Amino acid sequence: MSQTTLPPAEKTQPVSAPHGTISDRAKAERKLGWMLAGPAFFVMLAVTAYPILQATYDSLFSYRLTDPDNRSFNGLTNYWVILTDELWWKSLGVTMLITVVTVAVELVLGFALAMVMAKALRAIRPVIRAAILIPYAVITVVSAFAWQFAFDINTGFVNSWFAWLPGVASDTDWFGGTGTSLFVICLAEIWKTTPFISLLLLAGLAQVPEVLQEAAKVDGATWWQRLWKVTLPNMKAAIMVALLFRTLDAFRVFDSIFVMTNGANSTESVSFLAYRQTISRLEIGLGSAVSVLLFICVMLLAAVFIKGFKVDLASARGE
Amino acid sequence: MPDRRRRGLGGGAAAIVLASTLAGCGSDESGPPTLTWYINPDSGGQASIAEACTDDAGGRYTIDTEVLPRDAAGQREQLIRRLAAEDSSIDIMSLDPPFVPEFAEAGFLAPVPEDLQERTTGGVVQGAVDGATWNDEIVAVPFWANTQVLWYRLSVVEAAGLDMTQPVTWEQIVEVAEEQGVLIGAQGARAESLTVWVNALIESAGGHIIEQNADAPEDIELGLDTEAGQRAAEVMRLVADSDAAGAAFSTENEDASATGFEGDNGGFQVNYPFVYPRAVETVGQELADDYGAAVYPRVDADTPAAPPLGGIDLGVGAYSENVDIAFEAVECIRSEENQIAYFISDGNPASLASAFDDPEVLDKFPMAPVIRESLELAAPRPQSPYYSEITGGIQASYHSPASVGPQTAADATEFITAVLAGEQLL
Repeated sequence: MSQTTLPPAEKTQPVSAPHGTISDRAKAERKLGWMLAGPAFFVMLAVTAYPILQATYDSLFSYRLTDPDNRSFNGLTNYWVILTDELWWKSLGVTMLITVVTVAVELVLGFALAMVMAKALRAIRPVIRAAILIPYAVITVVSAFAWQFAFDINTGFVNSWFAWLPGVASDTDWFGGTGTSLFVICLAEIWKTTPFISLLLLAGLAQVPEVLQEAAKVDGATWWQRLWKVTLPNMKAAIMVALLFRTLDAFRVFDSIFVMTNGANSTESVSFLAYRQTISRLEIGLGSAVSVLLFICVMLLAAVFIKGFKVDLASARGE
Repeated sequence: MPDRRRRGLGGGAAAIVLASTLAGCGSDESGPPTLTWYINPDSGGQASIAEACTDDAGGRYTIDTEVLPRDAAGQREQLIRRLAAEDSSIDIMSLDPPFVPEFAEAGFLAPVPEDLQERTTGGVVQGAVDGATWNDEIVAVPFWANTQVLWYRLSVVEAAGLDMTQPVTWEQIVEVAEEQGVLIGAQGARAESLTVWVNALIESAGGHIIEQNADAPEDIELGLDTEAGQRAAEVMRLVADSDAAGAAFSTENEDASATGFEGDNGGFQVNYPFVYPRAVETVGQELADDYGAAVYPRVDADTPAAPPLGGIDLGVGAYSENVDIAFEAVECIRSEENQIAYFISDGNPASLASAFDDPEVLDKFPMAPVIRESLELAAPRPQSPYYSEITGGIQASYHSPASVGPQTAADATEFITAVLAGEQLL
């Protein structure tokens, strides 16, 4: 059945232009490209590259916002303090746990929802798509509050509705322990961002040629075989891009933790740690160093995905 | 050519928009100044005071209010970040007393004029004056003063035969609550309210969270691992571990305590005076009539309790363009008349002792004398420009309250000292 997967098409080289020289047309296209993308590129430089560089610079100082006169250069001390602190590794562990759990569940759920959106009857398709996308339109803080209220021992309905489940009772304090707190945090994250992943997967699903499905059907493949051998291999690029985007996003989890536990019961994520040093303690140097380390983690993740799993961002766009 | 003309028109329009926007940013020099008062959220009392003072000013100034985030930590964060950027829009701010030293030390508060210092501290309860003082200087103006009292259900103490006219200890109320099958409300959530509780217990046991202040943060000497600190930890665990602690004690804040107390098995709670008008409004006078108030429970039977002290001080922003007028407005805001009105409308007790004798206050708050007595006994939280590290460290170490043990104080001391020295993350 592996023949059903189309090999990636070789890109054709322009025959008119010899290697190393650029034709007038290519030059004009390149210029147009810069003119179209240039403003966005410079805005990105201003709003992302500049803060990153500033944070990297600040991370080399002992610098408290309320005491700018005593700012002093201390080299890599901030990084040493962070990397030898148990709290950093604990937070990193919590962040990775939340990332792995939420992304894995979202991938499965998102794929199922994408299938529903793709296969739903034409008449109800818009309604289904809108319904599935609603959680994604909700602001994360609002969603976090909604989930907190639902699970709260005083205001919530979860304890009374699900008291028949083992482990749930009318006095279950969901935000009183690490495991239960993380469970609710993950649940809120999954509810909120599954639509995003399903939207990306829907785009990938649409790219799987119908002829391949039909050919497999003619060959007598079952639904399950078609899913594993035709559909999934043909949307590998879309899956990897969805995974990449969601993993990077999930790694920066903050809002739900901030709203639901405020970091209690060892539920601090790396972003939360950066917030507490920079905004609560006003230790700009130490907080910037945490932010830089978070940035490095995110870059490493992106590198692992792109190099390790050979994610081709261009192919996901159908190029 | 048409293109160029269109571009010229666009540029002109942009310039007009920009100019009008910039004009909007600047203050209107011709009219009376508009003062911006950054307030903590309340039931509308501060906005009413702003209106009343605007009317009283006879056109010399108007006061606009801007609402800060709900919790004290969020209020501090917003104000401090604005002030670090030298925000001139902050004329007056409602400040939680523990944050006053940090603001004063950073030079974010305009110095209070000498004559105003005298006028705004005379007749004010001592705790509120202490909270507005840093390095022996009055750096902010006391507005209202808050304190926690021990609320009890009259029916419960009657059934248990507990004499509430005499001071009671934590041990006593835990015993009665367990015997009667009722709850004790206290704030066990990982928030500022946990530090409030820890501080009250240590102060009641005769100790202090900061034994010796110092200019350098790493030299601050903590009093957590002392006899008083250990006694406080024991009491904390006793309450949190008892059957009288609610199922969600480790996430219980002031609102949750009030809700638990309003329920069928409400027995005792340590909480602010707002719980009384809240019960009258949300549940009804019948329940509120079952509410009794006494001074905060003692840690040791023969040592008077040191109840928590809260409230709001008024600071004038160092970067305000109208410092003199802002202080004039502050004097109006904290007037006796306004403090009484605010006490009645929002349930926030006055810092002026005389307000507690007002007949209308006594009518609305039959327990006003207890609140006043509590304010006289109350002890502020530790004063330090590094308060956020200290409170953050306490919250991390003493949460959850049921896990507090003999080792907690030593661990907390080591942790907070390392954080203050910049050797550890918070």
